[in-house]
Amino acid sequence: MWRYEKRLQYPVNITTPNPKIATFIMSQYGGPDGEMGASMRYLSQRYAMPYKECKGLLTDIGTEELAHLEIVATIVHQLTRNLTPEQVVESGFGPYYIDHTTGIWPQAAGGVPFNACEFQSKGDPITDLVEDMAAEQKARSTYDNILRVITDPDICDPIRFLREREIVHFQRFGEALRITQDNLDSKNFYAFNPSFDIRKPC
Amino acid sequence: MNCMSDCDMLLKQVFLTSFAVDDVVLYLDTHPLDKDALNYYYYVADLRKKAVEAYQEQCGPLMNDSVMDENCWTWLQDPWPWEGVCG
Repeated sequence: MWRYEKRLQYPVNITTPNPKIATFIMSQYGGPDGEMGASMRYLSQRYAMPYKECKGLLTDIGTEELAHLEIVATIVHQLTRNLTPEQVVESGFGPYYIDHTTGIWPQAAGGVPFNACEFQSKGDPITDLVEDMAAEQKARSTYDNILRVITDPDICDPIRFLREREIVHFQRFGEALRITQDNLDSKNFYAFNPSFDIRKPC
Repeated sequence: MNCMSDCDMLLKQVFLTSFAVDDVVLYLDTHPLDKDALNYYYYVADLRKKAVEAYQEQCGPLMNDSVMDENCWTWLQDPWPWEGVCG
């Protein structure tokens, strides 16, 4: 189960609203490489993971991704506070505003709604961990893209934190893949699914 | 609202110590036999526990089982995390 701690993992205090930038950053809430897909990916993949180190890592990174989801939502929320209708029209925030006002809803920067096809849970530890490493790099690239187009230090600061966490998670998932491969043996050097093809009694 | 209150300072300690725990936990998941990392975990987990206690005593609950005011349901007191310190 989960307990809520009433704070962000990293503080967000944005003083100047910027609805145009909000439309970019919301992609990391519900976009193809966003934090919603990240948290659901890792927390869903745990059940097919046979090794204790990897079960723990998916649980702990999946939990941290939920905290990142809250940070991204907070950035979008604070960037869209106290808007006038004129600002909405001029900033390009209009299409989102028409459907959601300034509520938080998971979609990509281009308006595509979140769906579960943003991530995979394949039931094969090697397949899943390779996806996880790629996912961390894709999210890192997206944060790089965001950092190139923002100048407000209030926004850059938490985005840089999130970017750094993608790099740490990539490193940890690489170690988890090594641990998984170390658990393969001479009977399975072709790396068939160690979660399904190798039967273990209860 | 005073943006540089004692509570902000106490919350900063919660942020710092909690992050140290978050980071070493992931490392220990893939290096469970690293004794130095385990010692560091105990060190920062203790700092975090003290920082959380200090914040909650003076500023209000971080968890909904940590309400301390006998007369007031302080879990609902503002700000919520997304509102920002000066929200």
